[in-house]
Amino acid sequence: MNLDTLLPNLGEWLRGTGPESDVVVSTRIRLARNLAGFPFANRASAAQKAETAAKARDALAKAELPYTLDYIDVPGLSPLDRQFLVERQLISRELATVLEGPRGVALDQKESVSVMVNEEDHLRLQVLRSGLALTEAWEDIDKLDDALEARLGYAFHDQFGFLTACPTNVGTGMRASVMLHLPALGLTKQIEKVFRALQKINLAVRGLHGEGSRAFGDLYQISNQVTLGKSEPKILAEIGEVIQTILQYERQARNALLKERRQAEQDRVARAIGTLGSATMITSEETMELLSAVRLGIHQRLIEDLPATTVNQLFIHTQAAHLQKLMGQPLDGEERNAARAKYLKTKLRELGSAR
Amino acid sequence: MTCQFCDAPATVTLTEIVNKQKRVLRLCDPCAKKNKLFADAPGGAAGTVHVPALLGLLGAAGPAPATPAETAALTCPDCGLQYGEFRATGRLGCPAEYDAFRPALEPLLTRIHRADAHAGKTPRAVRAARRDDRLQELRRRMAAAARDEDYEEAARLRDAARQEEAGQ
Ligand SMILES: [Zn+2]
Ligand SMILES: [Zn+2]
Repeated sequence: MNLDTLLPNLGEWLRGTGPESDVVVSTRIRLARNLAGFPFANRASAAQKAETAAKARDALAKAELPYTLDYIDVPGLSPLDRQFLVERQLISRELATVLEGPRGVALDQKESVSVMVNEEDHLRLQVLRSGLALTEAWEDIDKLDDALEARLGYAFHDQFGFLTACPTNVGTGMRASVMLHLPALGLTKQIEKVFRALQKINLAVRGLHGEGSRAFGDLYQISNQVTLGKSEPKILAEIGEVIQTILQYERQARNALLKERRQAEQDRVARAIGTLGSATMITSEETMELLSAVRLGIHQRLIEDLPATTVNQLFIHTQAAHLQKLMGQPLDGEERNAARAKYLKTKLRELGSAR
Repeated sequence: MTCQFCDAPATVTLTEIVNKQKRVLRLCDPCAKKNKLFADAPGGAAGTVHVPALLGLLGAAGPAPATPAETAALTCPDCGLQYGEFRATGRLGCPAEYDAFRPALEPLLTRIHRADAHAGKTPRAVRAARRDDRLQELRRRMAAAARDEDYEEAARLRDAARQEEAGQ
């Protein structure tokens, strides 16, 4: 697979559609699996890793699935291409830059499915969906898991379930994450309260690329921490329930903002679009902040003719590796800020002339 | 309640009970952060408890578990990893350690997951193997019943085996 064919596309999970897509950006489920009879990847020799990779690759090629998976050998990729796959959320930073030896990733054309090979575990299956789709994502990954299991012997224990290199993943090996856009809870300073409640019930919250109480772009990822002692559907139901509550809070906060300070909200969105369309230098952090305001504006119906998909595309395309691939050359920090501004300007102008 | 590492108010409390002895670990947020208690794991599993940090902190927080010598001496028969190495990295070396390190792992799993047994999906191959075992057992008992001329019991076992074969 030539990675450049992925560049102009947007993974299906970024369509900006699907259930609850005014707040929920995407749903991701990951399963950690290991092959029986081999040491875990961190303790495997290069020869053993080559063997597990070959087995995995063979199973991925022969698995009976409604889509085909193309295998990409990660050591064979340039650093830029690796970074590109990280920005696309198709591989982890570890697989891209930290780990050594035979390893790779298999992808489907829609970028909905990816399987990392020789990451912390021999296999890390991942399914991505646009919007809130925990059940659908589970059905997809369950089938993928069955298809691979039919050709690979998994390390499975009667008491502890699927065995993983880290005891925090043992049991189901499942991590389900929902990415939420919560700008109104951020603006009304209620986000901390939500986090405290989540941590109490054993769900992890992480801001995307953010530190402190508010994440860049108001994007947060909520995922289960417990993988042992509960069935997959039960874990998913628990997350689903919590997401519904957060959705309610965020929507209430959005409505309150509109009701109490509609003009200020309009002003904020207009300024965000203005800056995005006129800056000559812009950092990725500022871009995310402004795009967050625009995304909120779209769902508050303060902007009519800007599709949410475009905003999602801008989120992804303005990241470092994407920009460099789009421009066809390596760029340092300053150059990226200029290229980012130029790209945003062009994209927003295209939209303007399409009106 | 103050942090056990500095005098700031504690916000994180971890409790473990070993041999009816309760050990409590209290930390403030900065100290939990500094000790990397909640580390970002690869693959987006963020906010999970960082195992080496947890083990280290528990070791520093009070009397060690009842059998430190026993656990420290545990060695994996398959790959040779020692329990101490696992403590340092938080990563196991191979599947065999779930049995080899079981006395030390079980309390750890209970602390992380508040459970010590899987309740989710079972691979098809494992389900098939379990069914084969059950079938073999039924056939063995069936043969024994026939030998004892307990034909009623043998017939019952035969039906049970048929049901098992049909995947019920
Ligand atoms: Zn402290
Ligand atoms: Zn081992």
